[in-house]
Amino acid sequence: MTDFFLKRLSFNIVANDFTVAGKSSSAIKNFLKSMGLEASVVRRIAIISYEAEINIVIHSYGGKLHCDLYEDKITIISEDTGPGIANIDLALTEGYSTAPESVRELGFGAGMGLPNMKNYSDDFEIKSSSEGTFIKISVFV
Amino acid sequence: MIISEFAKQLNLNPLFESSKNINVEGVYIGDLLSIVMSKAKQNFVWITIQTHINIVAVAELLELSCIIVVENMEVELETVNKAKELDIPILKTNKSAYEVACMLHDSGIK
Repeated sequence: MTDFFLKRLSFNIVANDFTVAGKSSSAIKNFLKSMGLEASVVRRIAIISYEAEINIVIHSYGGKLHCDLYEDKITIISEDTGPGIANIDLALTEGYSTAPESVRELGFGAGMGLPNMKNYSDDFEIKSSSEGTFIKISVFV
Repeated sequence: MIISEFAKQLNLNPLFESSKNINVEGVYIGDLLSIVMSKAKQNFVWITIQTHINIVAVAELLELSCIIVVENMEVELETVNKAKELDIPILKTNKSAYEVACMLHDSGIK
């Protein structure tokens, strides 16, 4: 039996609010831990959801983060309204960043956000236009 | 180990001492949050010069032992408050990342 859907957690992510950035990822992590998922899977999802959440905070006008729990996988969906990604191939290159200097000084904008999401996933899908970005990432359990 | 003992042993200034026991299984030094997210692991000590509130979110997500802010960087009050809220020990020192890493190594953390 594959793709058997069990539950969805959803969070609103506010642009430019670094004081709560990471809170949704933390809620996702704690939920998955409480479900008894393997620590390595929880760690991968924590990395993926944090990067997705931070990207919405830095690069978009705001968006949503969803965590879908299936019988055989965990899927993180990030959807935002915003300027979108001009060149997805470049954005997936390690070290490439369009983050402004003001946030780089705080340790963001290493150019590892999307590469981390892709590297820690088993399935990675991204669509972007001038209206926003949609990313769907799965980790098999 | 109790965090106050750990701080005393390494001569670190605790900005927030959690009452929980910490278990140290490794050390990561880094200032770029995405790289720390990818490389640091549960029960690691994180040495950094970053002081922004989001370092606490990173430490909480990775379940790090504690954050050590080096080079006497001024840590924002909102960062310390967030550390209290999420129960993440945060310590400070005027030493460099290298000096702290050497002290951790000498204390038996390999």
